[in-house]
Amino acid sequence: MATDTTSTSLESAAQGVSVTGWEAFKNSWFYKFTLFPLGQIFGFILGVSVILTVLALLLAVVFPEPRENINLTQQIARQLPDMIIGGVSIGFVYAMIALGYTLVYGVLKFINFAHSEFFMVGSVVGFEVMQRIGAAGEGVLEAWNPILLIVALVLSGMVISGTLAVIVERVAYRPLRGAPRLVPLISAIGVSFLLIDVVRGFAAITRNDFNLTYPVSQVSFFQQRPEITLTPENAPLLQFWFTAANRDEIDIGLRMTSLIIIVAAILMLLILNWFVNGTKQGRGIRAVSQDMATAGLMGINANLMISLTFFLGGAFGGAAGVLYGLNVGTVTPFVGFIPGLTAFTAAVLGGIGNMTGALLGGLALGLIETFLNGILVYFPAFGQRYTPVFTFSVLILVLLFRPSGLLGAKVDEKV
Amino acid sequence: MQPVLEIQGLHTYYGHIHALKGIDVTVNKGEIVTLIGSNGAGKSTILRTISGIAKARQGSIRLDGKDITNKRPHEVTALGVAHVPEGRRIFPELSVRENLEIGAWNVNDPSLITQRMEQAFEFFPRIKERLFQKGGTLSGGEQQMLAISRALMSDPDILLLDEPSMGLAPVLVELIFEIIKRINAQGKTILLVEQNALMALEIASRGYVLQTGQIVLKDSAAALMVNDSVRKAYLGES
Repeated sequence: MATDTTSTSLESAAQGVSVTGWEAFKNSWFYKFTLFPLGQIFGFILGVSVILTVLALLLAVVFPEPRENINLTQQIARQLPDMIIGGVSIGFVYAMIALGYTLVYGVLKFINFAHSEFFMVGSVVGFEVMQRIGAAGEGVLEAWNPILLIVALVLSGMVISGTLAVIVERVAYRPLRGAPRLVPLISAIGVSFLLIDVVRGFAAITRNDFNLTYPVSQVSFFQQRPEITLTPENAPLLQFWFTAANRDEIDIGLRMTSLIIIVAAILMLLILNWFVNGTKQGRGIRAVSQDMATAGLMGINANLMISLTFFLGGAFGGAAGVLYGLNVGTVTPFVGFIPGLTAFTAAVLGGIGNMTGALLGGLALGLIETFLNGILVYFPAFGQRYTPVFTFSVLILVLLFRPSGLLGAKVDEKV
Repeated sequence: MQPVLEIQGLHTYYGHIHALKGIDVTVNKGEIVTLIGSNGAGKSTILRTISGIAKARQGSIRLDGKDITNKRPHEVTALGVAHVPEGRRIFPELSVRENLEIGAWNVNDPSLITQRMEQAFEFFPRIKERLFQKGGTLSGGEQQMLAISRALMSDPDILLLDEPSMGLAPVLVELIFEIIKRINAQGKTILLVEQNALMALEIASRGYVLQTGQIVLKDSAAALMVNDSVRKAYLGES
């Protein structure tokens, strides 16, 4: 929606009045494709973290001592950095999966319930590639440049999952286009089971085991845990925090694999944003998603754009799978189910069809989940295993009270 | 006279509805040809069959002598047909500029795209003022201007216009038709579908009158304007 200020300034631009300063900067490549999306990402993280911290502290007011000798406020203050970092890293995984749901929904108005399996396939491909590199001999993995290794793993996951998504669309969805909406949905569920079982068969034959453990331990880089220690000397402004935590110093540790997820996801999200909003092909995708028939009249091959959309969605799911696998260590052919559903919830929470919404929803759900995991431990009647209950309650609440999602706007069609 | 578009014996169905029953239409280079007729006569269906949105059951459509019957819409567009659909169909979430760029999908030379945009601004200066606004925020008249400009971005051999006057204030209709005349004067061949038969016949060189999927009359626009049955049925005379 163009606000008054932007429209008047752009009109003056169109009339040949040269724009300077802030307006020109706002139209620059750097602002549109780096600064603005980065600002959004950090804004979302900060906003959600603050809200959740406040909620957690409110809970601590109600239940100051949920267990004997446990001061909840103290625990929250001590765990805060870990919860935020963990939440952000899993949140990016959810966001990357959610983007696949949202991209496909944007173009076809169809929930691709097989999408979680592209994530699963990505995680298994990452394992296979890493395992095979490692099997070449002792120390081979260690000898690789770790950045190069990550790029190789992520790229292989992206290519295979992306290609798989294109094939699935061609075989299982395209022949059903024009059928009632439930039909491709059922087909998607069928594809999902098929993919799980094919991978399961593959794992059973080649490894005789469904638990596929990334050889992360063979790479010392992945074992690193950079740490910052905050003390009243180097962070005098955080005195309230030391008091709340009842500690003299606070360690902020960052697992290397979490850091890899965060950095890789931010880079990929920037590239995706540029691709969709800044290139001709991306423009084609957006045109097809808004009006497929008219896009055809403009010379756009809608089927090609749909394939491209599936490739992008599948590739992002696959990349998320590899990054997730590196982080958790062990994956199985069934690993797609819960993250897939959570990411679907994230897409609905943000507003399905809206890319920024998928990012926000993913980060929000990741953080909600880690905060719950961190806090529910202290409630004997609940415990961590109740986390999914809360996650999916979000889904139900959103569907009941705001079906268009946080950022999804109801679009009235102009006749 | 060199025919740009030749339609012979065209039959189109919507499900079981026989929408076009053997249509013959020829459009020669540099002409404005108009199809008039009441609602549901099949005017839009002819355009939709030409551009491949609706499928022909029988008959042929030739563009510059090449057969384009039942090709897919994007292939027809690539061969030189530009269709401004009924209701304008602007991409609401794309900026005006992006809408124009989408119109030039098959044009790979950026300088050519800029040149054609300048050409469009000359026809419709208002488009230039709205360049960075989203298509959905434009008024109906502006959207029609954008839809025509967008179609011209591919520099088509023939421009198909479906109800350009629909839903517009009379002043805007005048303006749009004035520009259609100017576009034609610069050498574009135009096939115009219009409810507003009087306006259409005023700028057209020839016209076809459709009734329930068949052509009942064809003649020069001047002759149709004075034809009694046309005047009664479509020009609002009793």
